[in-house]
Amino acid sequence: MIQVRIHKAFPARPDSASFSLAVDLQAAAGVTALFGPSGAGKTLTLDAIAGFFVPDEGRIMLDDDILFDGPSGVCVPPRLRRCGYVFQNYALFPHMTLRQNLAFAAERSPRLERHRKVNEMLERFHLNDAAGRRPHEVSGGQKQRCSIARALIGSPKLLLLDEPARGLDAPLRADLYAVLRQVRAEFQTPILLVTHDLEECFELADEMLILRQGRVVQSGPPRLVADRPASVEVARLLGIYNLLPAEIVELDPQRNLSRILCGEFDLSGPYFPGRFRGDRVWLCVRTEQLAVSERDGRLGPNQVAAQLLRSVDMPHSVRLEFSGDIRAEIPRAEWEKQKHNKEWAVSFPQDALRVL
Amino acid sequence: MSIDWFPLWLSLRVAALATLLSLLLGLWLAYLLANRDFRGREALDAAVALPLVLPPTVLGYYLLVLLGRESPLGRLYEWLTGSPLVFSWQAAVVAAMFHAIPLLVISARAALESVDHTYERAARNLGASEWRVFWKVSLPLARRSILAVAVLAFARTLGDFGVTIMIAGNIPGRTQTIAVAIYDAVEAGNGALARLLVIVISVIAIAILAIANRLVTRRATA
Repeated sequence: MIQVRIHKAFPARPDSASFSLAVDLQAAAGVTALFGPSGAGKTLTLDAIAGFFVPDEGRIMLDDDILFDGPSGVCVPPRLRRCGYVFQNYALFPHMTLRQNLAFAAERSPRLERHRKVNEMLERFHLNDAAGRRPHEVSGGQKQRCSIARALIGSPKLLLLDEPARGLDAPLRADLYAVLRQVRAEFQTPILLVTHDLEECFELADEMLILRQGRVVQSGPPRLVADRPASVEVARLLGIYNLLPAEIVELDPQRNLSRILCGEFDLSGPYFPGRFRGDRVWLCVRTEQLAVSERDGRLGPNQVAAQLLRSVDMPHSVRLEFSGDIRAEIPRAEWEKQKHNKEWAVSFPQDALRVL
Repeated sequence: MSIDWFPLWLSLRVAALATLLSLLLGLWLAYLLANRDFRGREALDAAVALPLVLPPTVLGYYLLVLLGRESPLGRLYEWLTGSPLVFSWQAAVVAAMFHAIPLLVISARAALESVDHTYERAARNLGASEWRVFWKVSLPLARRSILAVAVLAFARTLGDFGVTIMIAGNIPGRTQTIAVAIYDAVEAGNGALARLLVIVISVIAIAILAIANRLVTRRATA
């Protein structure tokens, strides 16, 4: 269990604007993803836990150990923190073989055990064939597995992974996910994973924390966070939502109904508890929940006319971009049927509408 | 003409010993300046560069005062070894060290600072002490540049004149290094000897530069 509540102000530098990191998070066993755009402070958070810089104030606890405590001035040096860190570019020592890299990290164990541990790790991460080679002589997958093995060999109490999938092609990425699932199953180490890939959160994470501008803005299981973004910013970061400025013009709790004016469109949605008539809100609806059809004559309820600007082929679907900033994602088969439509109508399913 | 090769051998011996000693001291200073933040760091930084800007005679004078037979350091040395330090060939080693250390520290520091700090972080993260980080990671990663620096330092120690003549003197057969011998030969009107020694030292210097260059370029392409 890792608990972090720290603050650190980074003054402006010639090459970077000032930044303030104020994270408050905790993570238990399993994989916790730190999700956010570049510059949100994800890597800085890992660096703070690993002890690469001293926060201005706050506290970092790992299990029962205090790693950092502002008021009492406790700051455990990085080498005693027992947080395995897998760096973005692996940081395998280029002048050592993979075996030597592992042995370097096993130095804390007694001599006899060291040997056994290194061999065990080489075995477990399928590195036997490459053990005698240097990092620049082995494949990307081997480097990646070696860096994870190296971080784990000292039996850390926490594993920190900084965008391990960055720059990997699809097969390597799949291998990495398999390795990480293996690590989660075989080692009882909590894992903090930095990523800016939503799919990766779904693939690996039990919990996700959304970071924005140095702060945790939402946390929870990925499914829940993705379904219920807490703010427009979060919805925007997730990248799976239509966000349209709107105004609530009617609210009827009895019939669980509401009416929303969204530009020129007049839509009905479910009742929004805690909102008032006249509230200016963001209408928030997932791209794949919009239905599209050929427009013939009158528009039905919750249907709006829109002009198709662009269609984009996605791996499993087709994304349609309409006028008025509306995006819909439909299955490929559906697109094949409809692609000759002259005019388009987009329906907003009443139950799918949310406001933020 | 029989030529006295003693100054050349003395110079090579002094240079080898001075290079070794200044490498130890210089690497330590470079490490401190590159990695540690401590009070007086800037003063140390300036002090290291001082021999570059002071006239050699001034530096020699300071050393004479500092290491002379009446000084505490000089007396300590005499008590330890049984003979005074000044005007001995060992004093020439000290002189050569002061000639080489500024260059050595500045270049070694640049070499250490050019090592990707992620590797050092990784090493600390894996439980290594600062000592181990330096010997097992920083130094091996910078080894080519440091080797090149050592070779250049050797060339520099070979060529000291001013400080050597101040604290080691010009005693033929005892403290007369090649740079001093050349001066002596010119003074005595022995043009042939001066020419010969100048050619020898130039050839050695050029060879050393070639080696250092090769070390640096091999690193760049590796």
